[in-house]
Amino acid sequence: MKPINHHLNDTLLMGYATGNLPEAFNLVVATHISLCDECRARMHSFDAIGGALVDRAESAVLDKGSLAATMALIADDTWQAPVMEHPAQPGVFPAPLRDYAGGDLDNVKWRRVGGGVSQAILKTSGKATVRLLKIPGGVAVPDHGHSGMELTLVLQGAFRDETDRFGAGDIEVADDDMVHTPVAEPGQDCICLAATDAPLRFSGFLPRMAQKVMRI
Amino acid sequence: MFTATDTFSNADALAFRPSYDGGKRAAARVKAKGKVSVTDTAKRIEWTAQLAAVRDRQDQAAFAEIFSHFAPRVKAFLMKSGSSPSFAEECTQEVMATLWRKSHMFDGTKASVSTWIFTIARNRKIDMIRKDRRPEPEDLPWGPEAEPDQADVLALTEETELLGRALATLPEKQRNLIERAYFGDLSHSEIAAETGLPLGTIKSRIRLALDRLRHAMS
Repeated sequence: MKPINHHLNDTLLMGYATGNLPEAFNLVVATHISLCDECRARMHSFDAIGGALVDRAESAVLDKGSLAATMALIADDTWQAPVMEHPAQPGVFPAPLRDYAGGDLDNVKWRRVGGGVSQAILKTSGKATVRLLKIPGGVAVPDHGHSGMELTLVLQGAFRDETDRFGAGDIEVADDDMVHTPVAEPGQDCICLAATDAPLRFSGFLPRMAQKVMRI
Repeated sequence: MFTATDTFSNADALAFRPSYDGGKRAAARVKAKGKVSVTDTAKRIEWTAQLAAVRDRQDQAAFAEIFSHFAPRVKAFLMKSGSSPSFAEECTQEVMATLWRKSHMFDGTKASVSTWIFTIARNRKIDMIRKDRRPEPEDLPWGPEAEPDQADVLALTEETELLGRALATLPEKQRNLIERAYFGDLSHSEIAAETGLPLGTIKSRIRLALDRLRHAMS
């Protein structure tokens, strides 16, 4: 595993553990955790709070024959537990992202959005949105502010903004008072997974026009 | 103060294997009456043993014991999250059936049985109530050659026990906030992640187990 310097914060990890994040954020969190054992361990510790709560919860009265009905469910071979399995595979995208992108990096259908930047919007439910971004080395993403929270996870290459450098596996969590201009480092294309729970605010007139077209 | 020495000596910890011995352990519990910490930890370790009995031998008696403790709590959890009693009942049966079917996936170095049941119930809740997909992290490469270390399982069991106690002693207002977050009526912007709970030690235990796993796999 590569060294990761920028991690998920506790609010996101707890939101993920409690099931209170929008699907688009869940995808970014699950993808980062796939790359980061530190955050995986932190996630499990937030899950442990849920375990302690369930263990100490008061009991509800079960229906008569509840255990027998459960055993019948288990005996029914046609019934499948609705839980996804996620084996690791070689490539750029961790398993949860593959499910949404329809494969690895090579399978992404990019759409150019100007300035050399390309994107692919991934389908999720709810108000928050998530997209893959491809930024050629040395190219900047337009200066933008946020009215909500934005998560940007680097999958390949690296970018810098006013705050720091972000390499593969690093996640930047930007809130509503941050205005930043991420610039991809020279060299390899920078591939990011970015989610927002509100539209971005671009600083200039032209980017605002572009925003309507780009849906960002 | 609850420490490892109050419950099991290190030798006991190393000798522990998740084997289910039916009534014998229950008898030991009766003898230990009055020493609550011994009883609680023994019980939690038993859940691991009972789950192993379900996994290895499809042991219905062991499953029935897990069911009678956890199913009423899972149902209460789902009802607190806003489900009707009949819908919560249906989901509870599915959660417990999933526990059986996925027992081979259980890893006691990363979660206690109660934690694992919570995650299954939470995922079911998201699936059925919110109709959302929930992306899950990539599975770690467990192989048959990398059986979880039982000392790690025991250590995590004890940390989880401590966490439960800390939760019980939190000021009511703070505990309510945590319950509301976990029972699902707080949005992520309302969540106060500063819980006042000792998560650092649990995290370190799991991190250590993950490091060992990575090392074994490399």
